[in-house]
Amino acid sequence: MSFPWAKHYAPKHPLMQWIDSRLPLPRLVYNAVGAGYPVPRNLNYFWNFGVLSGAALAIQIVTGIVLAMHYAANGLVAFDSVEHIMRDVNSGWMLRYAHANGASFFFIVVYLHIFRGLFYGSYKAPREMVWLLGLVIFLLMMATAFMGYVLPWGQMSFWGAKVITGLFGALPVVGTPIQTWLLGGFAPDNAALNRFFSLHYLLPFVIAGVIILHIWALHIPGSSNPTGIDVKGPQDTVPFHPYYTAKDGFGLGVFLFLYCAVLFFAPNALGHPDNYIAANPLSTPAHIVPEWYFWPFYAILRAFTVDFILPAKLWGVIAMFGSIILLFFLPWLDKSPVRSGNYRPAFKKFFWLLVIDVLILGWCGGAPAEEPYVMISQLAAAYYFAHFLIILPIVSRMERPLPLPNSITEAVLEKHGNAAA
Amino acid sequence: MATLETTDTPGEGAGDGVRRRDFINIAAVSFAGVGAATVLLPLINQMNPSADVLALASIEVDLSAIKEGQAVKTIFRKQPLFIRHLTGAEISAADKVDPSSLRDPQTLEERTVDGKKQWLITMGVCTHLGCVPLGAGEGEIKGEFGGYFCPCHGSSYDTAARIRKGPAPTNLEVPKFAFKSDTVVQVG
Repeated sequence: MSFPWAKHYAPKHPLMQWIDSRLPLPRLVYNAVGAGYPVPRNLNYFWNFGVLSGAALAIQIVTGIVLAMHYAANGLVAFDSVEHIMRDVNSGWMLRYAHANGASFFFIVVYLHIFRGLFYGSYKAPREMVWLLGLVIFLLMMATAFMGYVLPWGQMSFWGAKVITGLFGALPVVGTPIQTWLLGGFAPDNAALNRFFSLHYLLPFVIAGVIILHIWALHIPGSSNPTGIDVKGPQDTVPFHPYYTAKDGFGLGVFLFLYCAVLFFAPNALGHPDNYIAANPLSTPAHIVPEWYFWPFYAILRAFTVDFILPAKLWGVIAMFGSIILLFFLPWLDKSPVRSGNYRPAFKKFFWLLVIDVLILGWCGGAPAEEPYVMISQLAAAYYFAHFLIILPIVSRMERPLPLPNSITEAVLEKHGNAAA
Repeated sequence: MATLETTDTPGEGAGDGVRRRDFINIAAVSFAGVGAATVLLPLINQMNPSADVLALASIEVDLSAIKEGQAVKTIFRKQPLFIRHLTGAEISAADKVDPSSLRDPQTLEERTVDGKKQWLITMGVCTHLGCVPLGAGEGEIKGEFGGYFCPCHGSSYDTAARIRKGPAPTNLEVPKFAFKSDTVVQVG
């Protein structure tokens, strides 16, 4: 993999030579995230979010492992054990807030990472596999986050688990047996809590494994760049280390600053107060909402209110899963040979409309299921599907892209020249 | 013999192009595949409700204390169960409705047992997204059809717990139940 001009790992120290000839792990790291990986020289800050996602996963795994040392996955004591972490465990409050807000920040950087890919056409050939693996990671993240939210066994945990597993109950014939099987009972209880804890501990390591595949697949063609044109020679790239380790390091600092600001000054801003009430199977909260990062999908789920051949509830479930499954087909829905949105004037406008549409869906998903939110989420959900299934294929055929620069270097020097002039 | 790869070697095949080695290969891998699939069964089945969960899958309730017009909430399979002693007015209100006009057409008779029409026993789980409807407890609002009202998304049920208005697709579920005596009912 990589380009012919990539620097070669040549350990000088005899110990490193000895290791390299027996287990070339330092060589692997050098070629993956060191000086041995040439990267386009023109990456902007939107290319930080992959590394930031990795950092967020690391924060989640480290804080999660220590929280598991104090948490008890039993319906009778789970809520109390979380309060025990908050009040009695040394630094427990900070670790739990770090984990809860860490999930939110993980989703923030992953959403920015995904929209970066959407704008700059990072899903296009030859990087389709990178995109597909990224979506697998996203699905795993959603499963992990959902199960993690159940663990504190508060009211939102319990009713969230009930509503989400109830989605499977919407399937015809097999629905109820599947729901009972998932929960290990007829409603969320100890069996469900235990298995969610087991899987919540497992899945982040599965995510880490898929991330390795994601990076492996990325390093076959190499990183994309804001112009979307291919690397033509050594003058177009710089080594990952020290250039992008430094740039990512700066981005990481900004990320940690914002994360800590929320963690220490508004730790409950992104959570729901009802989850500080212990789970009660006999009393439903007035307004069940998932965590904010699921709101756009929750809005799509609730957008269906009329039975049409299938029950409305099943349509909602199909549409919600469909909204993500759809993204797996994106590399083949957008046929434009131009990758970067910077050179696609029509695509660019529709991209920003999509961003606004997803934000509107998110706003509706967090609102109660009443008018005008239902009507707005119906329109926004319809637009979401129309964007990918109608607008994008048409735009990619009709649009006349702007002239592309001849090379990455030319684009960089032109920009630099304009800035100096 | 093991080093020969020709098919016409005696013992390697019957001359139809199928080698003994291919047969052994397919048979062995298939058998291992069936074995692996069999091992999956307990790994999947362990997630089904365990014996102690199923042991609570049927309950007996004494109805003698429930006066006409009253309702109780109890727990059946870890979910709320509504047992309601309908008044004459509530029964006639339910009977007056033409079942064919309903989203989930059912009569009160079909939802109760013969001769015990006044005992309406349903799950307290809204069929929309699983919230607990109001109306069984003292002083709770019963919605515009006098039965149950789900505060989550506004589903209204009538005095036979049939869906009349709102997003819920079906009537409140009636669990399997049987009267053991005049005042004791077994649910499940």
